[in-house]
Amino acid sequence: MKKRVEDLTIHNTQLLPGKFLLLELKSHTKLEHINPGQFVEIEVQNCKDTFLRRPISIHDVDYSGNTLSLLIKIVGCGTETLSRMKKGSKLNVIYPLGNGFSKSVVNEVLFIGGGYGIAPFLHLGKELNEMGIRPAILLGAKSKNDFVRLDEYSKLGELFLTTIDGSAGEPGFVTDHSLLIEKAGFFKKIYCCGPEPMMKAVAAYAKIYNTDCEVSLDNLMACGFGVCLCCITETVRGNEIVCTTGPVFNTKDLIW
Amino acid sequence: MVDLSINLNGLILRNPVMTASGTFGYGEEFADFIDLTRLGGIVIKGITLLHREGNPYPRMVETASGMLNSVGLQNKGIDHFVSDIYPRIKDLNDHIIVNVSGTVYEDFVVICEKLNDLEKVTAVEVNISCPNVKEGGMAFGTSCVSAAEVTKKVRNSFKRHVMVKLSPNVTDIAEIARYVEGAGADSVSLINTLLGIAIDHITRKPKLATLTGGLSGPCIKPIALRMVWQVAKAVKIPVVGMGGIMNTADAIEFMIAGASAVQVGTANFIDPLVTIKIIEGIEKYLEENNFSSVKELIGNMDCQ
Repeated sequence: MKKRVEDLTIHNTQLLPGKFLLLELKSHTKLEHINPGQFVEIEVQNCKDTFLRRPISIHDVDYSGNTLSLLIKIVGCGTETLSRMKKGSKLNVIYPLGNGFSKSVVNEVLFIGGGYGIAPFLHLGKELNEMGIRPAILLGAKSKNDFVRLDEYSKLGELFLTTIDGSAGEPGFVTDHSLLIEKAGFFKKIYCCGPEPMMKAVAAYAKIYNTDCEVSLDNLMACGFGVCLCCITETVRGNEIVCTTGPVFNTKDLIW
Repeated sequence: MVDLSINLNGLILRNPVMTASGTFGYGEEFADFIDLTRLGGIVIKGITLLHREGNPYPRMVETASGMLNSVGLQNKGIDHFVSDIYPRIKDLNDHIIVNVSGTVYEDFVVICEKLNDLEKVTAVEVNISCPNVKEGGMAFGTSCVSAAEVTKKVRNSFKRHVMVKLSPNVTDIAEIARYVEGAGADSVSLINTLLGIAIDHITRKPKLATLTGGLSGPCIKPIALRMVWQVAKAVKIPVVGMGGIMNTADAIEFMIAGASAVQVGTANFIDPLVTIKIIEGIEKYLEENNFSSVKELIGNMDCQ
């Protein structure tokens, strides 16, 4: 759909364990199709530390209710201010931004998510389910209390977990999980989002098995719609703007 | 009905609100958000002779009431602009103003000669004030002699309006403005960003890959207003004011300080609709304060 600036109404707000905030925002107009992996830019008022908007990836979309959900990790003044906002209040949002993930043309799909990088996979998983694809979902966190919405993710496909402290799933990083060894070469498409070192490790794994791999980058942005040129990443085509060319890139195009 | 039009030394603007280079892309990025024909003019992203990759990431830091950037004039060069971008954007507004940068004097001449053929490019904005490039850029704008020399080269090679964008990173901006005027500029625009640094106290590392960057946003507005006021007193050519304009009141303050028009920059990142809001706001202000023309605001500071 076309980009727009709109005052969205907070339809629901919920604090989740692990310092996560689930915000459901309602539009007053009909939502058209939003690609999984697209994001919003939120204006945070009443926080002295935030001058710029905050880019947040779209977690879920409900077209019948014209709402979109955001799964936000509370990390600073901006996100904390958002977490204190009451149901019914308004948020000024620019959306939908970026291009999002490409549609899978294969059935052997693997999601790999770490930290708040799991956010876009709910919307993506639902779209894939509608196409008859059930992805394997490998999620990593520091500890078992840092996972959120596992009930929702488990509806989309089989879940595999890793934690650094070993309190849930297999111990270690996502790239240490036995699934990646046992099913080496099985997956034809990997969608990945999380901390950059994790995405780089996944990209290296995908390269070994010649697997198509897309990652969603989380670079610093001033605008979110391609005019400040601050969020660039190095690609085989030169520096490209993450917010408009991405935020999703095929790892074969990145200079990693 | 109030008159919003401005005659900027022959450049007739429908209103005094333009966009600042580097904050508005090529204009087309805002087509989903606003009616671009309503703007006074669109000043597009800086163009150089050859393709530039710009500086490494990270290029941006949020600061108190502003931001630092070190983009470094990323663009695909003048030939790409002429063949690919200009045909797409030429009808977005009556005034497509091209911001021109160079590393040597000859760069400006070559670019301007190519721009002469693009009739919708009604003006060039000569960038002698970019703080984020190693060669040329701000170096031209920090000495009276080189600022005048660049202006003269552009004056002799470009057929239409020549606006020169001044750097605030100088001892006496009014003196530079006088030299630029003497060399044939039709107008001056100011200020470009202020040179700054951001450091992470935990890691002790600089926050920008290039260490220094250009500071913009409302934190620089008082300095920008002062410089516009000083330059407007020093020269006879019109002054285009910018630096931290976030809303109607800010824009009006620049005109009261002596600007004949304004450019809105960093505010576009936060509110893509801000330029239109400012145009409507100025109109309302004029009506409410019984002014018939926006021209009545220029330099109209009440110091009694």
